[in-house]
Amino acid sequence: MSARPGRPPVRARREARAGLAFVAPALTLIALFFVVPVVAGFLLAATDFDIYGIGDFTTARFVGLGNFAALLHDPVFWKALGNTFYFVLVGGPLSVGVSLGAAMLVNARLVRFKGFFRTVYFAPVVTTMAAVAVVWRYLYHPRFGLANQLLAAVGLPDVNWLGDPRWAMPAIILMAIWKNFGYNMIIFVAGLQGIPTTLYEAARVDGAGPWQQFRHITLPALRPMLVFVGIITMIGYFQIFTEPYVLTGGTGGPLNATLSLVMYMYKQGFRWWNIGFAAAVALVLFLIILAGTLVQMRLQRERS
Amino acid sequence: MRRALSVIALHLALAAGAVATLLPFAWMLSASLMPKGEASRWPPSLLPSRATLANYRELFVRLDLGRCFANSAFVAIVSTGLALLIVSAAGYAFAKLRFPGRSRLFRGLLTAMVIPAQVAMLPLFLQLRTIGLVNTYWGVIIPALAPVFGIFMVRQYALSIPDELLEAARVDGASELLIFRRIVFPLLRPILVTFGVFSFMGAWNDFMWPLIVLTDGRRYTLPVALANLIGEHAQDIELMTAGSVLTVLPVLLIFLALQRTYVEGITMGGVKE
Repeated sequence: MSARPGRPPVRARREARAGLAFVAPALTLIALFFVVPVVAGFLLAATDFDIYGIGDFTTARFVGLGNFAALLHDPVFWKALGNTFYFVLVGGPLSVGVSLGAAMLVNARLVRFKGFFRTVYFAPVVTTMAAVAVVWRYLYHPRFGLANQLLAAVGLPDVNWLGDPRWAMPAIILMAIWKNFGYNMIIFVAGLQGIPTTLYEAARVDGAGPWQQFRHITLPALRPMLVFVGIITMIGYFQIFTEPYVLTGGTGGPLNATLSLVMYMYKQGFRWWNIGFAAAVALVLFLIILAGTLVQMRLQRERS
Repeated sequence: MRRALSVIALHLALAAGAVATLLPFAWMLSASLMPKGEASRWPPSLLPSRATLANYRELFVRLDLGRCFANSAFVAIVSTGLALLIVSAAGYAFAKLRFPGRSRLFRGLLTAMVIPAQVAMLPLFLQLRTIGLVNTYWGVIIPALAPVFGIFMVRQYALSIPDELLEAARVDGASELLIFRRIVFPLLRPILVTFGVFSFMGAWNDFMWPLIVLTDGRRYTLPVALANLIGEHAQDIELMTAGSVLTVLPVLLIFLALQRTYVEGITMGGVKE
């Protein structure tokens, strides 16, 4: 970084001082309340720091990879890992699909009141997860919940949404999609609006049907948004916590069917104060998210 | 004819989606106005037989949830106000002021965004515990004061400020602080409004960190208070839905008022939910 031509060095020095002063508050806060704890998190994961250590740091012992070895032999950890992957791999694509469908509907040429529909679909995104989860807990009530009333209206049998281990995760996925599809929809709408209409007109002249137009024009044009949306959705879904916490009253039940990795970390770390062990769970989460992000970026590069 | 049919089909699909999206909100509002026990009666009723505000009164008078509302408002307003100052200064400096290590620091910040917040939570809690900030509003606020996505947003926007403008002010002898206050800050206004909305909503809606830091019910923010309340009052559907309305209403109103700003913020990219 050389000074711009004709700038006296005094002024360049003054600018550098000002620059450092302006970033100092942000960098100090980030260093103290993010960088230090992250580094400490890596270190903690290698100790047996627990409730006794809270009073006295010196009682913590270095256990190396011991926590990770313990994790591998912990069936509840595997359950939480499996649930989290279930949520990400089933819920993630479904959510992106619904977002894309909604975006195409809202953005369709013939549609009126576009703004109205966009606002309605987006509304759940801005609301408070904990509060809407309270509401959904009642919607899923086996007796007077709206969900079962709707099923009954079309002649389907009742479902014990949050009480049956097979249905609890689908129930959470359904709520999560309702809550966040509007966010990705907005990104897709922006992408769709960037596609020149002449492309579609030319395709129609060539006799391409709606499906072919979607496959050969819409999808390729949306690829950058799909990658972006795929990555942020995946990252967010891996960190699922509030949904199962509030829907199941903090248990992750029934039978741990909705216990997520972050919930497991929370319980181990903040309920039972197995801090070293919980830090190891958080690191596993980090490594998974990192790997997932790298894989998606790699896939994108290979395709283009 | 075919065109008319597809217009109708499209609007039917959109209307069905809108009903499905709004149904939980509508039921929440309706149940919150029902007299006690009506939401759990069989056969279920969708509308209150007679609308009552008794549940809201109970929330404020007996359960003192007004206090939690004030806690939430305090945390969201203070953290947003301070974050606006911190983020605008940093974003502007990263865009417009040359200082050694600038690009390396900025790249480092962006890279750090891949680390999920949960990795920092346990040590951060212990750290706050040693400095006595557990179970305080500042314990909730401080870790949220310098969000990297905000610095990124402001920096991208500040890149468009013409250098000549800043140089001219310098030639006139203005100090860097004066330039920031008088020239840069007003120019950044649109992006700061966008960031402010994001920050406020993020703080208002946040659940996990306040749940960890706050241990005393009188200091709970609304989402934590609700999650706690449902433990004792799970059967009291009318009361709990009233609490949900109280929690959701402010953010919903802000969104309706500042919709365009908010949506533009998302499409700018790089903004985390």
